[in-house]
Amino acid sequence: MEAPLLHLALVGTPNSGKTSLFNALTGSRQKVANYPGVTVERKEGFFVTPLGRQVSVVDLPGTYSLRGRSPDEEITRDFVLGKASGEIVPDIVLCVADSTNLRLTIRLLLELKRTGRPMILVLNMFDIASRRGIDVDVERLAKELDVPVVTSIAVRKGGTADLLKLTDEISAKLAAEPQDNSWRALTVSELRATQREADRIIADCVSLPARPDTWTARIDAVVLHPVGGLIVLALILFVMFQAVFAWAQPAMELLKSGFDSLGELVHATLPDGLLQSFLQNGVISGVGSVIVFLPQIILIFLFILLLEDFGYMARAAFLMDRIMGGAGLHGRAFIPLLSSFACAIPGIMATRVIDDKRDRLTTILIAPLMTCSARIPVYTLIISAFIPAKDVWGFVNLQGLVMFGLYTTGIVSALAVSFVIKFFMIRDYAPAPFMLELPDYKLPRLKSVAIGIFTRAKMFLYRAGTTIFSMMVLIWFLASFPQPPAGATEPAIDFSLAAMIGKALAPLLAPVGFNWQIAVALIPGMAAREVAVAALGTVYAIEGGKEAAEQIGQVLATKWSLATALSMLAWYIFAPQCASTLAVIRRETGSWAWMGVTFAYMLVLAYAASLVTYNVAVALGAG
Amino acid sequence: MTDTTDTRSHMPLGLAQRGYTGVIQHLAAKEAGSALSEVELESRLIELGFVEGARVEILHEGLVGRDPIAVRVDNITIAVRRREAMAIIVA
Ligand SMILES: Nc1nc2c(ncn2[C@@H]2O[C@H](COP(=O)(O)OP(=O)(O)OP(=O)(O)O)[C@@H](O)[C@H]2O)c(=O)[nH]1
Ligand SMILES: [Mg+2]
Repeated sequence: MEAPLLHLALVGTPNSGKTSLFNALTGSRQKVANYPGVTVERKEGFFVTPLGRQVSVVDLPGTYSLRGRSPDEEITRDFVLGKASGEIVPDIVLCVADSTNLRLTIRLLLELKRTGRPMILVLNMFDIASRRGIDVDVERLAKELDVPVVTSIAVRKGGTADLLKLTDEISAKLAAEPQDNSWRALTVSELRATQREADRIIADCVSLPARPDTWTARIDAVVLHPVGGLIVLALILFVMFQAVFAWAQPAMELLKSGFDSLGELVHATLPDGLLQSFLQNGVISGVGSVIVFLPQIILIFLFILLLEDFGYMARAAFLMDRIMGGAGLHGRAFIPLLSSFACAIPGIMATRVIDDKRDRLTTILIAPLMTCSARIPVYTLIISAFIPAKDVWGFVNLQGLVMFGLYTTGIVSALAVSFVIKFFMIRDYAPAPFMLELPDYKLPRLKSVAIGIFTRAKMFLYRAGTTIFSMMVLIWFLASFPQPPAGATEPAIDFSLAAMIGKALAPLLAPVGFNWQIAVALIPGMAAREVAVAALGTVYAIEGGKEAAEQIGQVLATKWSLATALSMLAWYIFAPQCASTLAVIRRETGSWAWMGVTFAYMLVLAYAASLVTYNVAVALGAG
Repeated sequence: MTDTTDTRSHMPLGLAQRGYTGVIQHLAAKEAGSALSEVELESRLIELGFVEGARVEILHEGLVGRDPIAVRVDNITIAVRRREAMAIIVA
């Protein structure tokens, strides 16, 4: 008879390497990074032990106790206690410890023991502990705790061999009878007692060297300097946005000319007609105009991944805590907001680590104002068409500077919105506390960064191939049908459905300087922001007819005034142009109302910002 | 030999300067004026390793109001605000 599926759960303090272990065991690619609170969801994976036992393992958010103070910690508590109805209780709880920092995990383990679940203590990051000269008497520790103990190195090949072996041994003799669960929330004195007990056991079994991690101390002396640290943070962000603009150019040019030649090839080989127009204008001009931005997307993710793996994120949160506090934001909000530069969706999910409900809600509401990577195509397209690529002050690229300005405007507006929310929620109580572990720095691991980049690039291309492609088909169809009557002299597109829709909406958008082509592009842009670029590409390509192979950027430069271009940039800082973000807001706040509030306030801000920008620009002669 | 813990007077960690080192004497969550209830604040501090007898050192402080502070507790570093650190009585 085949043995039933064995259920394991990974529990431990934040940043102890649970997800790394999960990935090593199951071959998954869940997100790993060097700061507490990376995992905010439950993830299940499967593997087979050396002896052939089928195992299901669940990765859980990190926690210091089973009290469940924030939404992510509740997930862990409920799973370990089997609270969520119909849940399977884990057969074995793997309590994962950072071996360089055992105090808090051993206390957690003593608390976990009360749940009566069989356990294994996994001393992870054992490589770092050995390098630092931390000596753990594993056998004695197992005896004192009355729990099997095993060492592991989750990020090294074969680093989980001992754990696998032990799992086989233990699962063979698991008691069929479930043990009593005597867990209940610990009182303060019980907590204190468990921590004392943990400290006593550690004193008996672990010998710590006198020298702490000197690298971390040396780097922090600069990075956490009250003034120097903020300068470093500003520099990092500045270099990041400059790089996204400047360094990606060669690769983008290459892609661009590739798509151009492809378009010309299609134009030359296929006979004039619908098929030629569909491939050249709909597919290549549309989807191609988005894929061109892949190098920039990769660069921004590279920066964020490096900062995350290095261990900088928690430092940035430390530096920004009081500054953001002035705008009514919590220090823990910094990491979700910084991840929102990549995409607001993981950013909004990451707010689960914030325990105060109001702080969390505020962060969710403003996360979409952070300039996500989907805005990069829109910004880049307009900037390169309208802003000259010259250097200012000798070394700063003007286009990069404008880009930096757009990002800054997003950040400042987010802080302003948060300030207004704080004002409305009038706080008559002290702000929620900020308590965050600052992990030791780690050298980013090439493999994990590469996997991270690869995953994001794949996601981007997948989106280009699905959402964006299908939107493009729609746009192409709307822009091509109905066909013009024979002998018509105006551009064919003027007779199309797209023109009808665009012209119907145009009066609404005329005050902000948008023409009907923009109105058409904004609607499918709701599915994903980049679609607006692709849609403009298609609409102008069809309108342009024969010269369609022309670059969309050059077309815009001739068709739009500078005022319209600036107005469009202002629009995109604020516009709620992303259906998936709205859906995540609904899910995470559990309310349609908050989704509606987000949509409404962003739309109002977008319209107002564009209105002001356009009129000021026209008044200054840019109309 | 003089024992510093005997001669130094007790003070809240929240008032200490950068570079301060000491040993936790007891927790006084009631007086801290935190948004958290007394029990909750004390529980969280203990869960982060702030228990009697632990060695603490203030490694770094922020710019605005020298807040928050980065505290070395045994061999980990924790960022807390001074308001919550007021509950940690050291000497
Ligand atoms: N050197 C070394 N680094 C490790 C090991 N295990 C994990 N890491 C690193 O430790 C950091 C944290 O790893 P994660 O797997 O994200 O930790 P986690 O426990 O899932 O963290 P949360 O989800 O935030 O609770 C990452 O930078 C990993 O690369 C290990 O055995 N050795
Ligand atoms: Mg994790």
